[in-house]
Amino acid sequence: MDFVNAIILLLNYIFIPALTYGSQLALGAIFVTLIYGILRFANFATGDMMSFGTMMTILFTWYFQSLGVSLGVLPTALLAIPFGIIFMILYMLLIDKFVFKYYRNQKSPPVQFAMVSIGVMFVTQAVVRIIIGPSDRRFFDGEKFIIKAREFKEMTGLNEGLALKSTQVLTIFVTIVLVSLLFWFLNKTKTGKSMKAYSDNEDLALLSGIDPKKIVLVTWVIAGILATIGGALYGLDKSFKPFTYFNNMLPIFAAAIVGGIGNPFGAFLGGYVIAFSEILLTYAYKKFFMYVLPESMEPDSLVQLLSTDYKFAVSFSILVIVLIYRPSGIFKGKVL
Amino acid sequence: MRKNLNVIAAYSIMMVLILMVGIFQSWNIALSIFNLCLISAVMTMGANIQWGYAGLINFGIMGYTALGGLAAVLISVDPVQEAWRAGGFDILMALWLIVVMVLVIRFILKRFEKSKIRTYSIAAIIISGILLIRFSAEPGVEAIEAVDPAKTGFLGGFGLPIIFSWIVGALFAGGLAFIVGKVALGLRADYLAIATLLISEIVIAIIKHEDWLTRGVKNVIGLKRPAPYEVDLQTTDWFIKLVENFNAGKLSVIENLADRQAALNQLVIEGSSVFVKLCYSGLFLVVVIILLILTQKALYSPWGRMMRAIRDNEEAANAMGKNVVKQHLLIFILGSAIVGIAGAMLVTQDGLFTPGSYRPMRYTFLIWVMVIVGGSGNNFGAILGGFVVWFLWIEAAPISLFLINFFTAGIPETNALKAHLIESVPYFRFLMMGLGLLFIMRYRPKGILPEKIEIK
Repeated sequence: MDFVNAIILLLNYIFIPALTYGSQLALGAIFVTLIYGILRFANFATGDMMSFGTMMTILFTWYFQSLGVSLGVLPTALLAIPFGIIFMILYMLLIDKFVFKYYRNQKSPPVQFAMVSIGVMFVTQAVVRIIIGPSDRRFFDGEKFIIKAREFKEMTGLNEGLALKSTQVLTIFVTIVLVSLLFWFLNKTKTGKSMKAYSDNEDLALLSGIDPKKIVLVTWVIAGILATIGGALYGLDKSFKPFTYFNNMLPIFAAAIVGGIGNPFGAFLGGYVIAFSEILLTYAYKKFFMYVLPESMEPDSLVQLLSTDYKFAVSFSILVIVLIYRPSGIFKGKVL
Repeated sequence: MRKNLNVIAAYSIMMVLILMVGIFQSWNIALSIFNLCLISAVMTMGANIQWGYAGLINFGIMGYTALGGLAAVLISVDPVQEAWRAGGFDILMALWLIVVMVLVIRFILKRFEKSKIRTYSIAAIIISGILLIRFSAEPGVEAIEAVDPAKTGFLGGFGLPIIFSWIVGALFAGGLAFIVGKVALGLRADYLAIATLLISEIVIAIIKHEDWLTRGVKNVIGLKRPAPYEVDLQTTDWFIKLVENFNAGKLSVIENLADRQAALNQLVIEGSSVFVKLCYSGLFLVVVIILLILTQKALYSPWGRMMRAIRDNEEAANAMGKNVVKQHLLIFILGSAIVGIAGAMLVTQDGLFTPGSYRPMRYTFLIWVMVIVGGSGNNFGAILGGFVVWFLWIEAAPISLFLINFFTAGIPETNALKAHLIESVPYFRFLMMGLGLLFIMRYRPKGILPEKIEIK
């Protein structure tokens, strides 16, 4: 019985939160990696673009709520996401037309692109804060829990409860669907294959008649979908605050690079690598050992490898280690 | 003279702007903007050395600034004897263990050929070392943090004049840059940017959460000052005389003696804070001028030419027998050390150390905007960038408020959109910075004062 309790404890405090957080990171990391692989620059505006998409989703959620439209047990935001995506894509295409296109035509070095993306970051941050303000916002409605900890305890008679939030299930489910669709698109359709070719060798791709304008357009469309959904899921699960989204850029970058930048599948797994290592290394295992070990061997301390304050530092350290020993990432990067 | 006309013009305009703030807002505001402009100028000089001279991207400026600030705390605060007695020994043991660990790793790296076993054993040593240090130091750390946590709860510093910390801050930052450079300098430009950004976040995390060393988010306040205190000045005779003489014309108009005394008191209070700020301005100006002379000398020296050669064509410079790796590391350390000085100056001026305030937006990206806008590779440009951008950053709110009122003059005050815009005035500074950066990069990619190399 103690053993089952220990498993439930780990599931509740490590596995499910890490899987959710990992999914949110993974969507952002695929976004970073696609931009890096096809448009060839590190996009420092990642976090803020995600916050723009989320902001649009929130605005539409409020609009639907004022109309009295709702999805019952599901959050209204699901209805608003498609509209958020449309505005996100429009914003990205606008930015691309007025900012990035010029440098693409000039064939500027990636460093210059990165600098320009910092300008975009500042502008997007300003736009989001001017429209919706810098404060913390929750826009989740509908049924909060699928299984409540207390109900679970009563149902199974265990000491440990397992709480399953609907946003967690939603996040994992949407991520799986979205990522499978994306990989199907990249690997099976003609456009996806031409994107791959463009990423591998631009000149050869152009020679074989691939239209670069179309590639760039499709890339931004996919990026817009990923950014909005990733951002909205994070906001539903936790809350929406522009500053947090800016900060999330860092673990997202870490996930993309750990997985091998330019490689969407690597980025997908990188998100989970980062999420799991952050949570595994900062979790206090005292209770776990109390269940598993006999009473005489129970630990006195918290058995915490690192204090939770170092959550971010863990993922960045992993990144630094990966950069030193395997700069192309765990899965060889720069192949799409 | 004619060649430098644009430099002189740009600086004159900048000075006129700051003077205008002094005349129209207040001299206090003008001087605090000027002081922070000087500090920003030091930071941009550091970043400019790395980016403009050598083409190295360093997005870790925040980390070096914070280390400089930490130096200010460790140098100037009086040692907390009780804390040392409580846990000093454990901390020293932990430090000793770290030194031993580093030496062992160095020995292994030197002694054995590169192999999988070596990599794994080093990893094992590091992990077990960290665990050992963590568990052996824990009682000491807890004892230290329990010593009067509301006031101290940390080891304190050396109780020296805070000015020394400007040098020590440079050493700290340079030391960190040595480690970071060894680890990350081989990376490609954009990887380097991300790696340095993330490493600086790690540094901030450590400073924020190692309370025994830095007091963490509890902040260290009331640091010693190199300048006199306002309260002392207000009771000093020579200062009151000075203020009286300075405002003799204004005071003589007032007939009533009591009124005149009241007016004088008011002037003394205002004057004291202006005087203190002027003291800081003087100190900072000395630092900026010294650094400017040194960096200009370096730029036109054979070493500066070599750095530009490396920046413009690494392979060619390498083929000419220049040690690119070594020079990159050197310039990375130099630039970071200058940023460290700026960090110590900043804490000196504020008189307090707040680890929570170190955010990449303010201390990394804003500094980069300064470098790009001012003109990379040109020291005068970098300093000007520091001035222009900081000035805009502070004055963005009043300027945008004026613009909003100007363009919505016909709309009544109660209009929801207008009210919302006026409410979000503080965020227009981000918009200004972003648009400024984008326009400069598009239409004047070399900055306001572009790099200009004259061979003498």
